[in-house]
Amino acid sequence: MFENLSDRLDAVFKKLKGHGTLNEKNIEDGLKQVRMALLEADVNYKVAKTVISDIKARALGQEVMQSLTPGQQVIKIVYDEFTRMMGSEHQDLDFGGGAMGGVMLVGLQGSGKTTTAGKLGLYLRKQGRKPFLVPVDVYRPAAIDQLKKIGTQLDLPVFDTSPDMKPLKICQDAQLAAREQGCDTLLYDTAGRLHMDDTLMAELETLKKGVNPSEILLVADAMTGQDAVNIAGSFDKRLDLTGFVLTKMDGDARGGAALSIKAVTGKPLKFIGVGEKSTALEAFHPDRMASKILGMGDTISFIERAQEAVDEKEAKSLEKKLRQNAFTLEDFKNQMKSVRKMGSVKDLLGMLPGMNKKQLKGLDINDKEFGKIEAIINSMTMEEREKYAIIKASRKKRIALGSGTSVQDVNKLLKSYTQSMKMIKKFNKGGMRSLKGMLPF
Amino acid sequence: MAFSIFKKKDQENKPSETGIFSRLKTGLSKTRDVLNTDINALFKSNRKIDDSLFEELEELLITSDMGMDITMDMMDRIRKRSGRLSTADQVKSVLKEELIALFPQKPESAAPPVLTRPHVIMVVGVNGTGKTTTLGKLATQFTRQGKKVLIAAADTFRAAAIEQVEIWADRAGASIVKHKQGADPAAVAYDAVEAAMARGIDILLIDTAGRLHTQKNLMEELKKIKRTVAKKMPQAPHEVLMVLDATTGQNAISQAKMFHEAVGVTQLAVTKLDGTAKGGIVAAVSSTMDLPIRCIGVGEGLDDLQAFEADRFINALFD
Repeated sequence: MFENLSDRLDAVFKKLKGHGTLNEKNIEDGLKQVRMALLEADVNYKVAKTVISDIKARALGQEVMQSLTPGQQVIKIVYDEFTRMMGSEHQDLDFGGGAMGGVMLVGLQGSGKTTTAGKLGLYLRKQGRKPFLVPVDVYRPAAIDQLKKIGTQLDLPVFDTSPDMKPLKICQDAQLAAREQGCDTLLYDTAGRLHMDDTLMAELETLKKGVNPSEILLVADAMTGQDAVNIAGSFDKRLDLTGFVLTKMDGDARGGAALSIKAVTGKPLKFIGVGEKSTALEAFHPDRMASKILGMGDTISFIERAQEAVDEKEAKSLEKKLRQNAFTLEDFKNQMKSVRKMGSVKDLLGMLPGMNKKQLKGLDINDKEFGKIEAIINSMTMEEREKYAIIKASRKKRIALGSGTSVQDVNKLLKSYTQSMKMIKKFNKGGMRSLKGMLPF
Repeated sequence: MAFSIFKKKDQENKPSETGIFSRLKTGLSKTRDVLNTDINALFKSNRKIDDSLFEELEELLITSDMGMDITMDMMDRIRKRSGRLSTADQVKSVLKEELIALFPQKPESAAPPVLTRPHVIMVVGVNGTGKTTTLGKLATQFTRQGKKVLIAAADTFRAAAIEQVEIWADRAGASIVKHKQGADPAAVAYDAVEAAMARGIDILLIDTAGRLHTQKNLMEELKKIKRTVAKKMPQAPHEVLMVLDATTGQNAISQAKMFHEAVGVTQLAVTKLDGTAKGGIVAAVSSTMDLPIRCIGVGEGLDDLQAFEADRFINALFD
């Protein structure tokens, strides 16, 4: 996400970096490019206009810092402006301390409300809450089934809605049912509707009054165009939203909607959907996103994910093994598992500073390959995992057969393993210096 | 258009022209409200042709999701052509012509293509654009024309997708081929082609799972579905219909490009046009990709899925 926008801005800043001093003329040129980049990224026309004039005023104003070159200075101003636009810190859901919490999900058709309901349920359960899914979409064929199935998959309780019930009745009955089942957070999945559909918008107002949810989140598609602010504005006017969820952020949308929505409504973007998996919902951090857009990487998210996935003890023992060149195929497998837990490799690399650029394009590490590698190593005996050198032709054949792969696959794995061994040895010999140039920091 | 094989029947069953036209107009009323009031305010007959006029016109095009490239290009041409004009009103007709020119010209409908049976249409697109709904409405329109329709429930990924398309098949009076959730979608498609051939089906509609165009593996899966269909029936699928959401911004072009690269899109369907003040992306995709638009969705009703004609669409926006 945001790759394209940061590419564009990168090119603009490179030009600016070449200038010794900033004057009105070269700022003007640079900002014209920034404006184009923003508009191409679906940032709302009016929002783009305001941003540009704000940036210009600040760039030409008092804020001259001795330590920065003029180009860097503009980047800093743009960074500050983006952060300000999106709000500075992550805003979590607020249940106001009441015994029963409710989150109502609203939005256009196809924005991803039902999928988000499931993901949000999982997220809340991790936070120690007891979520209860409520299918309120009685219009779309099989929408109720969809949420029920998601509930079964994730082992989350779902209210037994039947399609002939009225939405308000569903919500009221669900509140009783949730209490009976010992749940404390209701997630209302409402039907998709257009923001100018007066009847259906009025229905939402009635629901809001009858249900009194602690949070009303608009679920919007990250790929939405100029209309994003109108959609968000209309829903906000009728329902006084408490925040937004942007879905499908794992595509190549330039995410202008993220920049615009907050700017226009003043309501925070709380979560982003970043994949098909039910865990692919992230809390949104505006400051991190701003540095990502400007190609500064998102190191904090990377570290957080690593901390979540890797057990500290494991990491220490691994470090020891690496130091002693005793990194076996078994360790190789475990290592790979931890990396997979963190998310897709492309995702992870994209978070590192200087890495989310062109080089990542075309780099597609097939997550299926990992499964293959795991199967191959699982088909080895413990001895083979310790001493890879004993794996000769007939063992390879057996391993290939056992893992449902081919001898070529086994060879490929052994080769990449020996290569990493070489790298580790080199690292142990030369210390940090030999690693420089391999890693971006 | 490739669908001209159905034209004859289509015309027989078509409601009167005014009916369709007025539906289109109501459906696009929001688009019109914004575009039109702006357009008319912009082009007051006594207004001078000056920079501020062009600036406002540029804003209008950008906010309709036309995209920067097309907007800049079009502004250049309009500026040039306006040199000889004296009133803003005349610029309005220039704009109208330029807009119509964005859509690929309909090829002269030569000899009607030979009708192959079954005629296989594969429906693709990113998540949530309205593939299943569009497919359901198309199925209904076909069965109303007396066609025998079969639907392949090849979205085996999303929870309850099969149930959803089943309900549509039921409404349309079409038959359905389905496997369990999680099954190989290519296998579903293969079985459906086989069944369609055996049962003398006229139209086979293949519903596929929504996928982001940037997901390599999922795009490979889509290619596999297409290959598998062709294995059973060479030349099939005869149409690859890509469904686009009209509220999408510039990303729609990236979507169309990558789906086209993967499975050779032959036509577009644009949904939720009633929900947007924009629709400029329709023109942007159609002209960038040189792909015809088969149908547009301008409302929830069955008849709100309409055949697309560029001049009628533009006229509905202006009048």
